Amino acid sequence: MALPAFVMFVFFGIIPLLGVIVLSFATWNGITPTIELTGLTSWRAALSNPSLPNAIWVTFLIMALSWLVQTPISILLGVFMARQTRYRGFLSVLYFIPLLLSSAAIAITYKSLLDPSFGIGAGLGIEALNQNWLGEANLAIATLIFVVSWQFIPFHSLIYQGAVRQIPHSMYEAAQIDGAGRVRQFFGITLPQLKYTIITSSTLMVVGSLTFFDLIWVLTAGGPGDATRALAVQMYQQGFQASLMGPASAIAVILVLTGLALSLLLRRLGGRSDESQLEGA
Amino acid sequence: MATLTPTPAGTRPTKTPGAHAARPSNRRRLRESNWIGGSFGWIWLLIVMLPLYWLVITSFKTQANYFFTNPLKPPTEFTFENYQLVIESDFVRYFTNSVIVTAGAILPATLISFMAAYAIVRGAGNRFLRTVNGIFLMGLAIPLQAVVIPVYLIIIKMELYDTLQAIILPSIAFAIPLSVLVLSNFIRDVPKELFESMRMDGATEWGTMWRLAFPLTRPALVTVMIYNAVGIWNGFLLPLILTQSPDQATIPLALATFQTQFGVNVPAVAASVTLTTIPIVLLYAIGRRQLVSGLTAGFGK
Repeated sequence: MALPAFVMFVFFGIIPLLGVIVLSFATWNGITPTIELTGLTSWRAALSNPSLPNAIWVTFLIMALSWLVQTPISILLGVFMARQTRYRGFLSVLYFIPLLLSSAAIAITYKSLLDPSFGIGAGLGIEALNQNWLGEANLAIATLIFVVSWQFIPFHSLIYQGAVRQIPHSMYEAAQIDGAGRVRQFFGITLPQLKYTIITSSTLMVVGSLTFFDLIWVLTAGGPGDATRALAVQMYQQGFQASLMGPASAIAVILVLTGLALSLLLRRLGGRSDESQLEGA
Repeated sequence: MATLTPTPAGTRPTKTPGAHAARPSNRRRLRESNWIGGSFGWIWLLIVMLPLYWLVITSFKTQANYFFTNPLKPPTEFTFENYQLVIESDFVRYFTNSVIVTAGAILPATLISFMAAYAIVRGAGNRFLRTVNGIFLMGLAIPLQAVVIPVYLIIIKMELYDTLQAIILPSIAFAIPLSVLVLSNFIRDVPKELFESMRMDGATEWGTMWRLAFPLTRPALVTVMIYNAVGIWNGFLLPLILTQSPDQATIPLALATFQTQFGVNVPAVAASVTLTTIPIVLLYAIGRRQLVSGLTAGFGK
């Protein structure tokens, strides 16, 4: 009974995973049927490509910045939402909406909204808002981080909400008897109790950020210049636009290995090893 | 992991000590005002809603109205021209394609995931099934982006390139790991006695699966279906690389096309985004509880 699912997953999940490794040692233009094994040629081409260091830098920049922005806000929102009152239930319903939208829809919305000539900045006539948000390198990265946060904070705050609800209430009572105020309680109880959740959420964030493609592609297509050209975008351009499937596969392998290394590292930081189910979902 | 989804009625309580204990007596304290958290929550609401509000009101503006009025003010005269324009631009076809792809993927994905989950739970000692389960768990960590090139190659070899099946097949495969995880956690909570009494009555394993486990698993099946539907409906990468002709485009791809096609006609762009978002928001409205409880419980500690 497990067979149909197993066959399906092996065929489109496991075999491609092995396939991408093989393809990274091959040369293929993606169009003609000839795929030649050419050893390290593709790896050499991928690694010596002058735009690779930038792509790696951009990937890690997006990863670090989006983690830094999303984590504190998600924790605060999660703690806020965990307390049950009627209006918070209503708020959580609305918070959820960005999770329903496709990255393409979100990117297009922000692209129009932030358009320097016709967007909201120009329309409102507020000088500070009227920037070329997606046209300047630093601003484009900042805008991307903002949009990513807008899209994913709701998800992570849900995770934190679930976790906060599981903190035993007796801990807060004890703290109160000891005279600890709200802020002390937050740093003394809530935050330490959320340790594993922080690891889980961070793993999802960090590994997930490696694979941002749709959003970047529609929002900036990697630009301006190469300011937002992360590895996944670089892979797509190399493979499907420049017809260099070998080097593109090498980049895919780099992505997988980075993701694996990062999740192992984070799991070690968490000091718990039974969380295999928590990655990548 | 004990409480990935709510347990079916009548099963044993979930294993989360402290989760529900000691709450009622503390209600009062919980309602204490917390203006920092409160104002922060409302500010976030503003951040979330503002772009959506802008999107919807813009979609009802005429182009002239859009250029010359305050972008945050609702239009004085609502126009449906933009929606009409979008619908006339082959929207129905893209929409149909998305429906075919989403339904065509989630139905088989849910069924085969359920069967696999059932087998994994019921055959807990079996070595092969343990390996299968291990591979699915590992599969959770495989990002689609990493394997698209070989998937593209496989689809070409199967001569399915530029068809909707090309999107459906890998979508099914990538829905499996999480579905199996959620469903097997749920099936595990069905009391053993129920299975035994089915067997006493002479039911086959196949019959037990469909007549006992399947109905009991319904809440989890709904969670999984909605979750996958949202993901597949919004999928961009697979349609982008596995299809080519506008005939086969799904909605997220079509949005990109609309954006180029409508150019500076921002109200039309806004209408296209709004229109593509409605079905999934409706689906969410119907299945919200299921989806959110599945998600929160699944990632709690």
